[in-house]
Amino acid sequence: MAGAAFYDLDGTLVSTNLVHVFWFYAKNDQGILKSLARSAATIAGLPLFMAADAYSRKVFNDIFFKWYKGQSEDRLRYLAEDLYQEVIRPAVYPGAKQLLSKSRSMGLRQVVVTGALDITVQPLLRDLGIEEYVANKLEFVDNRATGRLKPPIMASATKASWIRTYSEKEGLSLNECYAYADSMSDLPMLSVVGHPTATNPDHRLRTTAQRHDWPIVSLQ
Amino acid sequence: MPVLRRKLDPGTVHIDTDSAPRLIHFGEDFWEEDLPVGTRVIYPKPPIQGLPNPRGAIRHAINHPLGCDPLHAQLEPGMKITIALDDISLPLPPMVTPDTRQTALEVVLELLSDHGVDNIHIIIANSLHRKMTEPEMRRMVGTEIHDAFYPDRYYCHDAEDPDGMTSLGQTRHKEEVRINRRAVESDLVIYININLVPMDGGHKSVTVGLCDYESLTYHHEPQTILDSDGYMDPAKSELNHKCVRMGGLVDEHMNVFHIETVLNNRMYADQLGFFNKNEDDFTELDRLKLQATKWSTSKLPRSLKRSFFHNIPSPFELIGCYAGKTEPVHEKTLERCFDQYAVKVKGQCDILIVGVPYISPYNVNSILNPLLVQVMGPGYFFNLYRGKPLVRKGGVLILCHPCYDEFDPQFHPSYIEFFHRLLPETNDAFTLREKYEEEFANNPSYIQMYRSGNAYHGAHPFFMWYWGENGRRHVSKIIAAGAENQHVPELLGFDRAPTLAEAIADARSHMGRSAEITMLHLPPILIPDVE
Repeated sequence: MAGAAFYDLDGTLVSTNLVHVFWFYAKNDQGILKSLARSAATIAGLPLFMAADAYSRKVFNDIFFKWYKGQSEDRLRYLAEDLYQEVIRPAVYPGAKQLLSKSRSMGLRQVVVTGALDITVQPLLRDLGIEEYVANKLEFVDNRATGRLKPPIMASATKASWIRTYSEKEGLSLNECYAYADSMSDLPMLSVVGHPTATNPDHRLRTTAQRHDWPIVSLQ
Repeated sequence: MPVLRRKLDPGTVHIDTDSAPRLIHFGEDFWEEDLPVGTRVIYPKPPIQGLPNPRGAIRHAINHPLGCDPLHAQLEPGMKITIALDDISLPLPPMVTPDTRQTALEVVLELLSDHGVDNIHIIIANSLHRKMTEPEMRRMVGTEIHDAFYPDRYYCHDAEDPDGMTSLGQTRHKEEVRINRRAVESDLVIYININLVPMDGGHKSVTVGLCDYESLTYHHEPQTILDSDGYMDPAKSELNHKCVRMGGLVDEHMNVFHIETVLNNRMYADQLGFFNKNEDDFTELDRLKLQATKWSTSKLPRSLKRSFFHNIPSPFELIGCYAGKTEPVHEKTLERCFDQYAVKVKGQCDILIVGVPYISPYNVNSILNPLLVQVMGPGYFFNLYRGKPLVRKGGVLILCHPCYDEFDPQFHPSYIEFFHRLLPETNDAFTLREKYEEEFANNPSYIQMYRSGNAYHGAHPFFMWYWGENGRRHVSKIIAAGAENQHVPELLGFDRAPTLAEAIADARSHMGRSAEITMLHLPPILIPDVE
């Protein structure tokens, strides 16, 4: 049976995260005053984001994406290319392309499973040559973000269950699949495949990986 | 007056009722054991006196090479030159500084500079071994050379760099030779080697040290191992024959100037010098040092003991240096190597006892994990012979090692999966190769860890397993004496005995009460020349 390689994105293949992206949008908001206010709010919110993320990725998502409320979909899409060129592209880890190319040469399907916003990751995935992905989607009403995500929300266990369903649908053997992630919140996603790899792991994931004898890779 | 049997040969001691207990390596510890009366203990030869002027000897060798013009006569300004060096797997343990490679490099670089050659890269020929860390690389060549060349012009070979390898074609046996591109495209390759045992050096230096996974698969495979009658006698080693064949292609396409160096076996510095001696000849000072070492190591946790031993460099000395074309140079090197390491032994034994120390070629500054215990036992120690194996067909091999289930996740990640996932399924080398070798060799995570970290290649644990194939098939039983758990020996296919005495009793019950017992007193390394 065929296999696939599933990648988390933020912290795994690129060094940026959701906050970098939001910060870029805040900086580029319409009008100096609005831009300053949003930027200041982002900075002020950092401790809250960090605490929420440490507690649970779901709580973090609930709080964080509320900050997008009121943003226009056109604007987010319009700025996505600049976001990629200015912020994300320089943040791609040096070893990422090497890893993808080796993995591709083994005939593995390349799939990104990320909690980032679909709008923001498309240019990166295009450049990395990855066509299959699942990402979070903001809910828009009348072209304005409601601050909520459309289900299923990609985080923790949802990623694992998406991988399971996807593999079943595509006839892949999970035993032959690889997964790469950097954070403890991605432990479920790593646990469902036969070849998990902690990639640039945080302290908690590193110690867990060591306990499970999983490979630990640095792409930095 | 008849001469006592135990006095017949200084290299061989027969245990008597009044013999002192023997020192046996046991991982990071050592045992003092009373062996059964009549046991034959084989000791290494005393170290050959080192050359008084190593730098002069190296200079003389490159000015009077074998089979080609002197190095200086081959140099022209503007030449592209690659200097390849053996990696940290040699010598064992790493030697006191300056390392012989540093001394040779200093001589060579000075000569190159005098001839206006500045397009020089220094490559560590690590093949699929782990890449060396920066401090290890610095230590090997000295700060001055390191600072001048690292990292752009002094680096480790990367067998997985898609643009870094090139094919030299195929031998008449359809073996494809793929070698480091920089070396192939150089006008001259200077290979500086360290020969510790006869399986090192010669054509193996370039064809293995600078090749990729595909090229290795032609000889690092179970059938080649089975077709080799020991690894230390090049004439009987199929592994060596294949390297020679592939090396012929290297010599056709590349101009390689070998500088081969032979070291003596002065492995232990003064504080551990008692390991070099016959226990019957211990002085009071030796006994004091032994007790002090035993006492202090007994107070340390294993990891600290390990780092204590790994941090004691060996005062090896240069005893021979030859330069020039591969084959004539290696012939001389082997001769000198056997002068130091070959020990005449009369007859085979039924039961062979070997203490497995804390170090092997594959765990410098790291853990001797279970697979490496296996590679040391039925792999290297069994194959340390010329003529016939020291233990007879169907005999018993007793390995003294705690067999702890510990792995270094940074250096040996693929070993962990191999040991815990594959060995429970099968320990047949051919099945393992057929079913899993490619999967491990191509595992992107392992490749990434090999390329950008310090991990052994994903395929390396397979080679380690194949290494033990001859030993496993030759003996009827391998007993891990002192193994602290049941599952490690079981997965390796060994029996377990809590103590050496029980291991010997078990072996005797298998081989008979009159079984001939021999103990190899190593390290330092010795190669029994079995008559």
